Amino acid sequence: MKLRDQLRFAAQNVLAARWRTLWIVLAMAIGTAGVVLLTWLGESGRRYVTDQFASLGTDLVIVLPGRSETTGGAPPILGETARDLTLDDALALQRSHAVRRVAPIQAGSVTVARGNRSREAMVLGSTAELLEVRRLHLAAGAFLPPGDPHRSTPVCVLGATLARELFGNDPVLGAWVRLGDRRFRVIGLLANEGRSLGTDLDEVVVVPVAASMALFDREGMFRVLVEAGSREVVPTVVAHVERSIAARHEGENDVTVITQAAVLGTFDGILRALTLAVAGIAAISLVVAGILVLNVMVVSVTQRRVEVGLLKALGAAPATILQVFLWEAVLLSFLGAGSGLLGSEVVSRVAASFVPELNGDPPAWAAGAALLVAVGIGVAFGTGPAVRAARLDPVAALARR
Amino acid sequence: MIELRGIARTFRVGDQQVHALRDVDLDIGRGEYLSLMGPSGSGKSTLLNVIGLLDRASGGRYRFCGEDVTDLDDAALAQIRRQRIGFVFQAFHLVPRLTTAQNVAVPLLLGEVPAAERRERVAEQLAAFGLSDRAHHLPEQLSGGQRQRAAIARATIARPEVLLADEPTGNLDRRTGEEVVAVLEKLQQGGLTLIVVTHDPDLGRRATRRLRMQDGRLVADEAGAAAQEGA
Ligand SMILES: Nc1ncnc2c1ncn2[C@@H]1O[C@H](COP(=O)(O)OP(=O)(O)OP(=O)(O)O)[C@@H](O)[C@H]1O
Ligand SMILES: [Mg+2]
Repeated sequence: MKLRDQLRFAAQNVLAARWRTLWIVLAMAIGTAGVVLLTWLGESGRRYVTDQFASLGTDLVIVLPGRSETTGGAPPILGETARDLTLDDALALQRSHAVRRVAPIQAGSVTVARGNRSREAMVLGSTAELLEVRRLHLAAGAFLPPGDPHRSTPVCVLGATLARELFGNDPVLGAWVRLGDRRFRVIGLLANEGRSLGTDLDEVVVVPVAASMALFDREGMFRVLVEAGSREVVPTVVAHVERSIAARHEGENDVTVITQAAVLGTFDGILRALTLAVAGIAAISLVVAGILVLNVMVVSVTQRRVEVGLLKALGAAPATILQVFLWEAVLLSFLGAGSGLLGSEVVSRVAASFVPELNGDPPAWAAGAALLVAVGIGVAFGTGPAVRAARLDPVAALARR
Repeated sequence: MIELRGIARTFRVGDQQVHALRDVDLDIGRGEYLSLMGPSGSGKSTLLNVIGLLDRASGGRYRFCGEDVTDLDDAALAQIRRQRIGFVFQAFHLVPRLTTAQNVAVPLLLGEVPAAERRERVAEQLAAFGLSDRAHHLPEQLSGGQRQRAAIARATIARPEVLLADEPTGNLDRRTGEEVVAVLEKLQQGGLTLIVVTHDPDLGRRATRRLRMQDGRLVADEAGAAAQEGA
């Protein structure tokens, strides 16, 4: 029997059993769409997170006090480290062509008050450079003034939410607020920034680093952000940082240097693995659909015993019978997977129009893999019944009831 | 063209041996018209299935058209059935989901006949069997006689040399049965070897050679001159 005729014959069977076909196609479609959509969600999530990192610049090098083996681990608390990472340490890092900017950061929590309104807020002590290094935007006013970082000027820049909570609709710029027992004049207002790397930038108050050192009575920096001239020179910057610190700390390289690229790579890897895991779980639903194929094929062979016997009497070889039934299984899986892909396309378009973060199309490799798995499962589960049909004894099958 | 030597067929039912055929010797020449009669359970259908290569003998040797087919594998037997043997059943066995034309075309599909030639031959065959106006009807929309004619059209479209009919009129009334027999006899006169299993003595008498079975053995093999007495 020619391939075309086998396909047509199988298609006739598939069409003749409309309800049966519908159910199996539905099951296959759900499984396939599940794989594709979950992969898509995972990929979108991964892209969202990595984009967030990338927006901070992949040319960023973060220097933490203390030596820690695991990147991204919590920096050692003050006192644990042998030596503080001081403001002068940070400023010394500027002395390299590969370095574009350096922004030391001190962080701590204080009570911020204006009149009788007060609340706890995170204070970031830094320099004018922070604006560029962290790619921050101002809604109004100015950022920290440039100049000698050792000079403590009583000025501050407020996060959007914090400003609203303290001032309501009152004018903010030029007003005074209390941080702990010191007074600061508000010179700028951050635009809405949202969360970035675990800090809600809408809830912070930024002050000159010398002011925060006095406020917290602390010499050590929380971290130092170093921006490389370009992505290519990041390794040079890392080496430079380690050399400079070692030189200043009596030969001891007691800082941890994290590159943005390394963090990005780690996150990328973790999220990719998660995506694959989720897609794998969805693929299990395809196996369930495969069991349905098995069931339907067994029923089909049983119901069509007489027909199989007849085909054999008319001279169909066992291989022909096997092929016709296998094509039927493949056709069902293919129809199911195809509808699933179509469905996932529709769902992803609709979802993307509501959630802009879910951008991009479902990845093509996921669609291809889902299709392959679906058809593979159809063949795997269809083979048993098809072999049974091929082996059927025609005399017994044709015997009257 | 058919030579059976010492053919036996035993079935195992539980721990019982059922001897459906015992030591059957039979030679059938090309173009012969045989009837096969005997009481129920005497082995008529079993013999027909063995002759038609649908069933394998448990013992003995079988030569079909000079070739020893006793030990051929299933695929080889299927090929012989496809090219040289036609079956007609009491229950018609048309595929319910296919139209008359599609049912008749099945042997040509199996024989990989090109589509254009297939259409032509199916149309010719339907015309020859008076079924042209039923080409696109489903089996359930046909009368019993039409169904059996469609089944015969299907059995002969691949131009077999032997046509095996197991009680072809068993599900038909007398008049329709006679029509169907006339169709079969016309094919036999065209050179086809025809073997008909029947319980109907009148029908059995029409054959030029009449076999009688009992208990799995051939007990009578007589030439009859009564053939075509009606024609
Ligand atoms: N698959 C089988 N398993 C066991 N016994 C069988 C099988 N097929 C046939 N037989 C037995 O073989 C014997 C011959 O059966 P067969 O069908 O050839 O009879 P028959 O002459 O065609 O009968 P009928 O006129 O009723 O059609 C019977 O005793 C039957 O019970
Ligand atoms: Mg019988």
